[in-house]
Amino acid sequence: MALLQIAEPGMSTEPHRHRLAAGIDLGTTNSLVATVRNGLAVCLADEKGRTMLPSVVHYRADGSIEVGQAALAAQATDPRNAIVSVKRFMGRGLKDVTHVESSPYDFVDAPGMVRLRTVQGIKSPVEVSAEILKVLRTRAEASLGGELSGVVITVPAYFDDAQRQATKDAATLAGLNVLRLLNEPTAAAVAYGLDNASEGIYAVYDLGGGTFDLSILKLSRGVFEVLSTNGDAALGGDDFDHRLFCWILDQAHIEPPSSEDARRLQMKAREVKELLTASEEAPVRVRLGSGEEVNLTVTRQQFEDMTQHLVRKTLAPMRKALRDAGLAPEEVKGVVMVGGATRMPQIQRSVAEFFDQEPLTNLDPDKVVALGAAIQANVLAGNRKDEDDWLLLDVIPLSLGLETMGGLTEKVIPRNSTLPIARAQEFTTVKDGQTAMAVHVVQGERELVSDCRSLARFELRGIPPMVAGAARIRVTFQVDADGLLSVAAREMSSGVEASVLVKPSYGLTDEEIAGMLREGVDHAGDDMLARALREQQVEADRLVEATEHALAQDGDLLDAAERAAVDQAIAALRAAREGSDHRKVKQHIDALARATDEFAARRMDRSVRSALAGHKVDEIEL
Amino acid sequence: MSIDLQQDFFTLFGLPRRFELDERALEAAFHDLQTEVHPDRYAHLPEADKRRSMQWATRVNEGFRTLRKPLARAMYLLELAGVDAGLETNTAMSPEFLMEQMEWREAVEEARAAGEVDELEHLHQRLRQHGREMLAGLQQALDQQGDLEAAAETVRRLMFVEKLQHEIDDALEALES
Repeated sequence: MALLQIAEPGMSTEPHRHRLAAGIDLGTTNSLVATVRNGLAVCLADEKGRTMLPSVVHYRADGSIEVGQAALAAQATDPRNAIVSVKRFMGRGLKDVTHVESSPYDFVDAPGMVRLRTVQGIKSPVEVSAEILKVLRTRAEASLGGELSGVVITVPAYFDDAQRQATKDAATLAGLNVLRLLNEPTAAAVAYGLDNASEGIYAVYDLGGGTFDLSILKLSRGVFEVLSTNGDAALGGDDFDHRLFCWILDQAHIEPPSSEDARRLQMKAREVKELLTASEEAPVRVRLGSGEEVNLTVTRQQFEDMTQHLVRKTLAPMRKALRDAGLAPEEVKGVVMVGGATRMPQIQRSVAEFFDQEPLTNLDPDKVVALGAAIQANVLAGNRKDEDDWLLLDVIPLSLGLETMGGLTEKVIPRNSTLPIARAQEFTTVKDGQTAMAVHVVQGERELVSDCRSLARFELRGIPPMVAGAARIRVTFQVDADGLLSVAAREMSSGVEASVLVKPSYGLTDEEIAGMLREGVDHAGDDMLARALREQQVEADRLVEATEHALAQDGDLLDAAERAAVDQAIAALRAAREGSDHRKVKQHIDALARATDEFAARRMDRSVRSALAGHKVDEIEL
Repeated sequence: MSIDLQQDFFTLFGLPRRFELDERALEAAFHDLQTEVHPDRYAHLPEADKRRSMQWATRVNEGFRTLRKPLARAMYLLELAGVDAGLETNTAMSPEFLMEQMEWREAVEEARAAGEVDELEHLHQRLRQHGREMLAGLQQALDQQGDLEAAAETVRRLMFVEKLQHEIDDALEALES
């Protein structure tokens, strides 16, 4: 803090501080955290040297929570309270969850996202995921020796808005500042592309524990441009385990197994699947709760036969992604394999056959996503160096639409549009004096609203009363670089800002998140006010530093009076941050932000101008 | 040169305002602009900068999408010239064209009903060729003759073709899944 106090306004700021940043792969089966150290991305290990954290959370009767390896054993002994593969439930309702019948959990069909009843009460998948993130955060902060300034969290490219929002909410609960939600295949492409300085069209085939993504990217002059993406948010290695599990039940004539037996057999199925990657056959030996023993042998051929339809399910997304990109398989220069499930020989064979080339596997498919996320986090946190002059351009995976008459969907933003993107749509009233209107936003490609995913229902209120058809309400849908949607509405003829009341169909409301945060803080015995103050102080320091940096660089854009106003706002914020009232710090943060709004606009104009000037020089050189 | 969010896309990308387009120059300008304004460059900065960056990046993406696709570019040029291509109202097309459209549509419908993937792909290719020929005419009308009425007519025809192509895409997708 002393650094900031001695910097006088107008003087160049202190040498750039390195900000601590991490990339997090929040996986269905395993999660990892990575960072850039001495210019190199590395996965961080726990005290026993293990980088992969099993995505398992065990709620114990004594009120404690175990995560990772420590919780693995509880899968068989306490299946109802040991939550695995929670990623499958993120932003999902009970009806969307597959294999409910063989899941040991006590599902609660709450409106919106499904909940799980545990010995520690009803838990949302967001809370369960937050427990995993907290462990990774602690690991990273211990390893880096300080508080993380921000993280990049990866999500399957095919995740819809509700699933993305749920992931971001989990990070908020874990006390993390999310710099960006990054698509997993794009993260992998960054790790590969920067490694090999590649140019051309690449496909990323990402089969994880519970999700499948296929992205087509174009790499040129340091730009990673996603051309199209497709996939299946409910297909992954877990489904291969499940097939094997069903086969074992069938072969061993086991009638509906107990939850404990089911978990034992599921764990065995995963082990056997992994064995079959290197071996032609594998033994299946399990002792059941009754004392009875299952003793079978499964060959790789049998396994491939029983999972053939799953491998085939990945072909349609490959074809669709290529068609959307307007490309043929032979135009793809390289195919990157990501996700532990791509180790299965039948997957490797089918991909090689489709693209008529051997896929690239020189980076560890379990780690490549976390490594790419770390590289991106380092740059986004503000540690960009000259050699980091690259850019990611990603797309929205699924179209956004509105419900129209007769339950039909009208597309507003088509899939594979480059982010960020905004579209405005005009609505009118159908009745005289109508002051409110309901808008239903859905995501998906199907014609019927009922076949798409409901994202949210908006209610526009405060429309000035007019005759039917006279009001013109302009609703703007903005999707940001995280792939998250926000909505604003304005009545055009009167200029009245209509208020938008959002009811997310699957997500948590802001109040619910705030409630969970409070609960978490109470548990830790922490002081809410102290935490709020610390957060505002960090934010204040960040803003002052950024503003001074901007003044040093572009101070000439302000006249003397404007400059004095900004300097004054900085001084006032500095004074407020030394106090103990977090609300006052927040007030002065907002005041400085307002005072620099016009300055930010002028600086952006200058950047754009310089980009164009640079471009013209390029053209002459051509 | 004053630059603001209201300027037209050709100016924004530093390109001449005409239908014929240097695709490489467009892409290079797109990358250069996004390198300056993309939200990833502002992720560690205050909210005001992030908001401004998102507005700019959104605008640059919209411009790229508009200029890259020939049909969208032609419609945009007409819009800049104050000509409403009359997409909603002016549907008075020549009888021959409508006849032709019906034949195309029947062919697509038959192939879809019979589940003939190859035939659908073939129709798709023929339509693409058909579209390319019309685009050549569009360039003549816009860049050389300055005949905006003729251009608007071709734009309307191209929209029929594009819609039909989407229908074939949907049919193919439905047959595959």
